[in-house]
Amino acid sequence: MGKLVTIKIDGKEVKAEEGANLLQAARDAGFDIPGLCYYDKVSPSGACRLCVVKIEGMRGLTASCTVKVSEGLNVTAFDEELEDHRKSLTELLISEHKFGCMTCEVDAACGLEDLAYRYDVTIDNLPYPARKDLLPVEATSPVILYDPNKCILCERCVKACYEIQGKGILSFAERGIDTYVATDLGGLWVDSDCDGCGECIQACPVGALVPKPSIGKARRWEVTKEETICPYCGVGCRIEVEKKGNEIVKINGADGPANDGRLCVKGRFGYEYQMNNDRLTTPLIRENGQFREASWDEALDLVASKFTEIKNNYGNDAVAGLASARCTNEDNYVFQKFMRAVIGTNNVDHCARLCHASTVAGLARAFGSGAMTNSIKEFEFADCILVTGSNTTETHPVISTYIKNAVINHGAKLIVVDPRRIDLVKYATLWLRQKNGTDVAWLNGMMNVIVNEGLADKAFIESRTEGYEEFEKVVKEYTPEKASEISGIPKEQIIEAARVYAGAENASIVFSMGITQHVTGTDNVLSVANLAMLTGNVGKLYSGVNPLRGQNNVQGACDLGGLPNVYPGYQKVNDPEIKAKFEAKWGAKLDDKVGLSVTEIMDGAGKGTVKALYIMGENPMVSDPNLNHVEESMEKLDFLVVQDIFDTETAKFADVILPSFSSYEKWGTFTNTERRIQMINPVLDPPEGTKDDWDIIQNISKRMGYEMNYTNADEIMEEISDVSPIYGGVHFKKLGNDGVQWPCKTDAEEDRGVLFLHEGTFSRGLGHFSPVDFIPPAELPDNEYPYMLSTGRILFHYHTGTMTRKVGALNAFESGPYAEISPEIAERIKVNEDDEIRVTSRRGTIVTKARITDKVAPMSIFIPFHFAEAAANRLTNDALDPVAKIPELKVAACQVEKV
Amino acid sequence: MGVENAAYVAADEAREIVALVGSGPDKVIPLLQEIQKRHNYLPEDLVEAVAEEINVPVADIYGVATFYSQFRFTPMGKHLIKVCKGTACHVQGADMLSSALCEELGLEGEGTTSDMEFTMETVACLGCCSLAPVVMIDGKVFGKLTSSKVKKLIKGYRDGKN
Repeated sequence: MGKLVTIKIDGKEVKAEEGANLLQAARDAGFDIPGLCYYDKVSPSGACRLCVVKIEGMRGLTASCTVKVSEGLNVTAFDEELEDHRKSLTELLISEHKFGCMTCEVDAACGLEDLAYRYDVTIDNLPYPARKDLLPVEATSPVILYDPNKCILCERCVKACYEIQGKGILSFAERGIDTYVATDLGGLWVDSDCDGCGECIQACPVGALVPKPSIGKARRWEVTKEETICPYCGVGCRIEVEKKGNEIVKINGADGPANDGRLCVKGRFGYEYQMNNDRLTTPLIRENGQFREASWDEALDLVASKFTEIKNNYGNDAVAGLASARCTNEDNYVFQKFMRAVIGTNNVDHCARLCHASTVAGLARAFGSGAMTNSIKEFEFADCILVTGSNTTETHPVISTYIKNAVINHGAKLIVVDPRRIDLVKYATLWLRQKNGTDVAWLNGMMNVIVNEGLADKAFIESRTEGYEEFEKVVKEYTPEKASEISGIPKEQIIEAARVYAGAENASIVFSMGITQHVTGTDNVLSVANLAMLTGNVGKLYSGVNPLRGQNNVQGACDLGGLPNVYPGYQKVNDPEIKAKFEAKWGAKLDDKVGLSVTEIMDGAGKGTVKALYIMGENPMVSDPNLNHVEESMEKLDFLVVQDIFDTETAKFADVILPSFSSYEKWGTFTNTERRIQMINPVLDPPEGTKDDWDIIQNISKRMGYEMNYTNADEIMEEISDVSPIYGGVHFKKLGNDGVQWPCKTDAEEDRGVLFLHEGTFSRGLGHFSPVDFIPPAELPDNEYPYMLSTGRILFHYHTGTMTRKVGALNAFESGPYAEISPEIAERIKVNEDDEIRVTSRRGTIVTKARITDKVAPMSIFIPFHFAEAAANRLTNDALDPVAKIPELKVAACQVEKV
Repeated sequence: MGVENAAYVAADEAREIVALVGSGPDKVIPLLQEIQKRHNYLPEDLVEAVAEEINVPVADIYGVATFYSQFRFTPMGKHLIKVCKGTACHVQGADMLSSALCEELGLEGEGTTSDMEFTMETVACLGCCSLAPVVMIDGKVFGKLTSSKVKKLIKGYRDGKN
């Protein structure tokens, strides 16, 4: 906050921050100065001239949006001349504007319409001839419609695309009356690099840019608006849902702490699934191989009696459960409590096993806490950002915008280490293309340079860490030459990256599945932590180690004990004191044996030791590695309960299917990737016949003789804050719009938790250096399977596609399976773009379409895993990291043939 | 594969042009001029490659290129015919000249002949109003024209006499 100064507006003294935007300051003080091109999220243009004022000592009329507040400014905001001028400008704008307000999507929410009303301008009292010749409407994008005849050329969309989203796809083309907003080199919108985030729509003050899926759905006065959190990724963007009746007609970005109003294409347009006719609305029971509808009582009675029977016949550990990164904190808490207190087993895990199990294991060992050390918005102010194994633009789109802001707006240095030419490479100072699965080698190589060139932070190592000597011995062996030989990265690039990273005042590391999904996942994470500690880049604002969590509530599902080794708040199940505490709180006898992980549960099912499985909101039949094996295991189960909003690939194997709420219908909390606990609100009524997840669980629990009587999510959170110290100060009434970031231990209103972790001291006390040696991936290309296979996500779909594949707008961008193959492979096997190819690994085979691109490294192939009909996970390797039990989804050997 | 190779060639040329002219948003116009000097027009793949080389969004470059009438995105014929439509020429029958030229060249309006021999465009004023109506062909001005004179002129270019 700058110094407060005094200025005068129309004779009234106003206090404003020095250097603030004059128009904003005047508006904040209650002066309703008009203006169409001013948008507080982008730099001012001064294009529309509506905000003109007179300033003492300055000649003529000045656009107030281009003036900064300084002491003593004497401003005239309203007089006859200024108002005449504004009226004339409105008349000019209207004369060039296609007149059709009665059918316009933004009628009653239009900046120009408001001005016309204010200054009494209509088409029949215009002093200027109205424009007759119309420019063609651009409607080729699946989600955005641009009508140049309604465009007032304010430049807000152009600036929003570049300054906010960092994309720069829009620009003014041509000049004078012919000026319009063009994409890229003036081609069709659909052919441009536009990925449909819709930031331009949100910036448009008139009806020139509108969301296509909303057209014709509602008049502005028919909609009601409510805010909640986006149901997709771990960024946790705040959204404003516009609904008519019980139907979503539009979603806007709301000013949440993680997104500042920004959204991606999924957040803005990915809502259609909620209204899909395939929503489950009644419990289903399998009978003679067919599902039949059942009452809740019948279904719940059956589940309770089968669980009891299997427990009694085969022991508690014959039952296992998968919690859900899609459900709320409250759902997950109740789920794991049910597994532990009612079933009596720690066999509870969820898909975090497949994404960040190695992060939790590695960072817990190094720092004492396995979460993002910093907050999302800190990325914009880091001097150096090292992104490795994270295709941030596609998997955490809004986080990517802050990284781009850092590069474009603040000159930050971006280092990308990734085998694929991901979008962020375009913004990078350095791009290091390592061979898949060689991360420990290049990380050790960088650290070797840092140690040898004296770039290490000796004071930090001395005062804040332990284990340095052992670590240094190992790192000394990884000369840039050796690191280069293993990783395939030229040694000069390793040296340069080390100097750039170590030389930055604040450096942040961003990583994700490319680091974690390896048999050496934990080693990789430990190496990342080593690099940060070596240079003192942790425990400071803007500097840290930041694993990006994938799902909307994967952080929360872990925090709330959806893991086989910990109770809520990472309290160990095998710690007798902790166990005693939970036994007292829950009034049940608990097991102190660490339970089975996801992959072990599937193995157990295959071997017959796990007889019953309870799956809440997960779809392992698409998401898990080596699906052929998972399928065999599913078939062997005696009893499978699936609780979901749709009939998923996994539900096909179920004995009972229980229909639940979607997150637009839930009340509760999600914890995003920056540890922020945020309220989600039921913006829609759930379909009749469905129940909230925690309510379903407690009804099973009661039938098994354990009373749970929660009446709402708030009561569950009260219990959570009572048993889990890191959530100790979390209460619904305190969360508000901004939520709190754990650890938040006290009830005080001003305790909003912790922005960045490990300041002054690590969670575990001293940071721990681990010596890490390079170990090659479990499977590498050979003569039989000569190509390198990797899998991952794409922007337009989410995880197993249960939701996104039911959204027309997203399917218009990408509707089915494909494989990116390198031009070298295409040439060798003689295939062209879109030809069918068969991809085979030691575990399975799929047929998909070829997409030939040098985005993948030579002799490499990348397959998105969203598409069940050609599921990438039929090919992936379920070899496990020995510590974290995470499978090696990022490296497998495969064969590719033309079909 | 052909397209990919073209992209690599464009990237090489883009580096060469940027090395020659310089980098940065303020160099966009001279860069475009250099591209057009080499190719007679702005090939899209080269503009894209230059944009990437200087880290300026390609959309911004498109904005600049379409703002100035000197830049073109389509290849030009061997001969460039500029028909003056300034006030003096307009009064003296510039429209007649355009019609005659279109007829002779087989064009509908401004554009390039299919044999890539001629490109015709109209300009606001060539600054030699006393000679109206005028056309400029490859930088050379021809004044006081009539429909038949201008057709003859084109025939002369076609036969290689001019």
